[in-house]
Amino acid sequence: MSRNHVSTTVNGDRVEFLCETGQTLLEALRDELRLTGTKEGCGTGDCGACSVTVDGRLVCACLMLAVEAEGKAIQTIEGMAAGEALHPLQKKFIEHAALQCGICTPGILIAARALLERNPDPSESEVRYWLAGNLCRCTGYHKIVDAVLDAAREMRGA
Amino acid sequence: MPTTLKYQEKDLKLVGTRPPRPDGVDKVTGRARFGADYNLPGQLIGKVLRSPHAHARIKSIDTAAALALPGVKAVVTRDDFAEMPDEMAAVGELMINFRDVTRNMMAREKALYDGHPVAAVAAVSESVARAALALIKVEFEVLPHVIDVVEAMQPGAPLLHEDQFTVGVKPKPERPSNIAKRLEFGRGDVAAGFAQAEVIVEREFNTKPVHQGYIEPQACLASYSADGQAELWTSTQGHFVFRAQCAKVLQMEVSKIRVTPTEIGGGFGGKNNIYNEALAIALSRKSNRPVKMVMTREEVFRGTGPTPGANVKVKLGCTRDGRITAAQAELNFQAGAFPGSPVNQASMCAFTRYDLANVQVVGNDVTVNRPKVAAYRAPGAPIAVFGVESVVDEMAKKLGIDPIEFRLKNAAKEGTQTYYGPRLGPIGYIQTLEAARAHAHYRAPLGPNQGRGVATGFWFNIGNETTCALNLQEDGTLTLMLGTIDVAGGSRAAMAMMVAEELGIEFERVRPVVGDTAALGFNFLTAGSRSTFASGMASVIAARQVIEKLRARVAKIREVPLEAVAWKDGQARPAEGGGAQFAPMTLAEIAKMAGKTGGTIAGHAEINAQGAGPGFGTHIVDVEVDRETGWIRILRYTVVQDVGKAIHPAYVEGQLQGGAAQGIGWALNEEYFYGDDGVLQNPGFLDYRMPVASDLPYIDTVIVEVPNPNHPYGVRGCGEVPIIAPMAAIANAVENAIGLRLFAQPFSPPRVLKAIEDAAAARD
Repeated sequence: MSRNHVSTTVNGDRVEFLCETGQTLLEALRDELRLTGTKEGCGTGDCGACSVTVDGRLVCACLMLAVEAEGKAIQTIEGMAAGEALHPLQKKFIEHAALQCGICTPGILIAARALLERNPDPSESEVRYWLAGNLCRCTGYHKIVDAVLDAAREMRGA
Repeated sequence: MPTTLKYQEKDLKLVGTRPPRPDGVDKVTGRARFGADYNLPGQLIGKVLRSPHAHARIKSIDTAAALALPGVKAVVTRDDFAEMPDEMAAVGELMINFRDVTRNMMAREKALYDGHPVAAVAAVSESVARAALALIKVEFEVLPHVIDVVEAMQPGAPLLHEDQFTVGVKPKPERPSNIAKRLEFGRGDVAAGFAQAEVIVEREFNTKPVHQGYIEPQACLASYSADGQAELWTSTQGHFVFRAQCAKVLQMEVSKIRVTPTEIGGGFGGKNNIYNEALAIALSRKSNRPVKMVMTREEVFRGTGPTPGANVKVKLGCTRDGRITAAQAELNFQAGAFPGSPVNQASMCAFTRYDLANVQVVGNDVTVNRPKVAAYRAPGAPIAVFGVESVVDEMAKKLGIDPIEFRLKNAAKEGTQTYYGPRLGPIGYIQTLEAARAHAHYRAPLGPNQGRGVATGFWFNIGNETTCALNLQEDGTLTLMLGTIDVAGGSRAAMAMMVAEELGIEFERVRPVVGDTAALGFNFLTAGSRSTFASGMASVIAARQVIEKLRARVAKIREVPLEAVAWKDGQARPAEGGGAQFAPMTLAEIAKMAGKTGGTIAGHAEINAQGAGPGFGTHIVDVEVDRETGWIRILRYTVVQDVGKAIHPAYVEGQLQGGAAQGIGWALNEEYFYGDDGVLQNPGFLDYRMPVASDLPYIDTVIVEVPNPNHPYGVRGCGEVPIIAPMAAIANAVENAIGLRLFAQPFSPPRVLKAIEDAAAARD
């Protein structure tokens, strides 16, 4: 099976990979680039565990073909912290016990960051509806919502 | 050293605080490695061919075309696995019938459910493996199937196992049956108890199977070497139990399989049993290459264990002043394709919140053409309790007694004789009821179409086989090697906190890790809410051993008697009245000298932890019912639970919130849809609708602490109790909101709307 050559940018790094035409961006990130922080929970766009941003837009990496990444700028969980310095959302998730098993956490962090970029002062209800595409089976969302609201507060300097 | 420790009240510095979990940074940066994140050079991808039929005889399997496909390196079928005898074998304290284990991972004579594995391949890529599956020719003889528990119990129902005769019925039945087992628990005389009753309520309930819904599909990586040794990386709740199961079905020696547990992306009981693990090792053995197998979500739904659906009958008799005189239940549980539903546990949990003289519970374990059920958080209890707590609520209302007051009048307490065996020790049930009654939530005003419901739950909690090792490192820090999986709750943090508390040092100086199966002796699964209790006990024993060795070492170094050395706040100091003065030594100072003064210092524990404290909880929920759509909105939710002692309160709250959220999902929406052909129609998260963030309110928690006398810090398990009460609490709230009692789960909009319309039609 012949493979396609793709040049793209991931977390600011220029990368190239080969992929089958039917492979998803999620498979390329995980299996070709070995960026396994982005998770597969369903493969059908229902759980949000594979949330990444592509040119700033929040997408499920399992719903996008890898070849569509050509020339795009992709952000994954691996690029969220600045070196050792965790993003405020990452810090607040630990501080608020907003993660348990942690499999949904990368996707939720990416989705929450996308929310705060658009709406730096969301209400509880706005957080809940924005994150409605990200399943978490451990926490009941209580501490996740708290962590996002607290991170938003801190990022606003409020 | 002792293998059990009693509760001692003492001033605490660390236990009860909220330090950050040691796995936190890796989990927020994407660095934590879960089952599917492991890879080996040269690995192949394994995929499973599954039965498209609910029930079919497998007449032949032809793998020649698949094997001929370039890139395919191995195929396994039933012919690659030995027949296992029909006998129960112990895996730790878990009894397993390996005849069924081997048949569930790979069908032999028959495929017994849609999704039952019939062959597996290993190939150089996912796409080649998928292409190979399509080339395997299986000749099926499709048989009549049965998926409903009541239908499966009828004489003449399609039989899954022609050689299955109901156990627990005397004399032995002459005809085979889908009822694998009938069991009965009880005490007193229920007939006499009902004769004393002035009010009797008798109701019947039905529930559907629900899935554990862990977000991480099962994933493993196996590497079998030509010298007969195998390594396995897998997402599991118990790597020692997985090793035992793989060794048995592959006929290997236990020590030749080394299992390394990966981070686990949720389990909730669903990762207590092997699925692909033995297939991956077998494929690796055949191909001489590492083999990675990751399930799709569809495979998770079609092939892995849900909790049973059930039919439940409950009868309760009471005096007018609110004293229960008799309680009776019949629980008919789906076991799935093989016997072994949690009807046993459900039977024992049904009424144990109450102090009852006359009880009878009959349970039936029924095989149906669905995946073999697996444990799910307090297995079986939510189903039985949905029925019982609904009837309790109806009874309280009939008698005009407040539902919490009614429960208090009949509540189990220390000394209550259970109907399944033990007498209860110190428990906190009454305290949870009183805390719930005193909570502002219980008195908050309600609007139109809104109602409040209360229900309670009980779970045994367990101890079992546990080991750990605590090694003092040369700089005075410690590594704590644990054998119980941290399934999400933060048990690594809790164990490190207890060790640091014992030693009088900072939390950060104890690094907890979960060791592989070669690092420690056998550990039972993380199940039964046992880890913080049992592994915590082992960790404290190991810490106290380390302290004794530190004291002895300092006595030797300072040339003073052992009694002269006390351990306090992370230092060896002269004991008060010990008769000798010497310069104190810190842990770091001792550690630095340890190698040259007798060798490194370590503690270890190998115990079978006894005396797990039962857990009780009381839930309050407010709902609003939309009469036009049947949609139930959860307005407010409060969980009150006795946890013995919350080592890390934030992680305990997380258990109570997460358990309640799962119970809410169970109550409101989760359901499998099977076609008339017995094929699952909604194997995905779009149509199997688990709660999302916008479905839920904040879930308030009240932690009650009645110490367990059999744990050094008073710990009771806390992870399972919170899933038990939600279904009943929500049903009771709906009844209070619109005067309609729900008898069938889930309470999804179409079903609730139909119930509203049926009730209206009955009134007209």
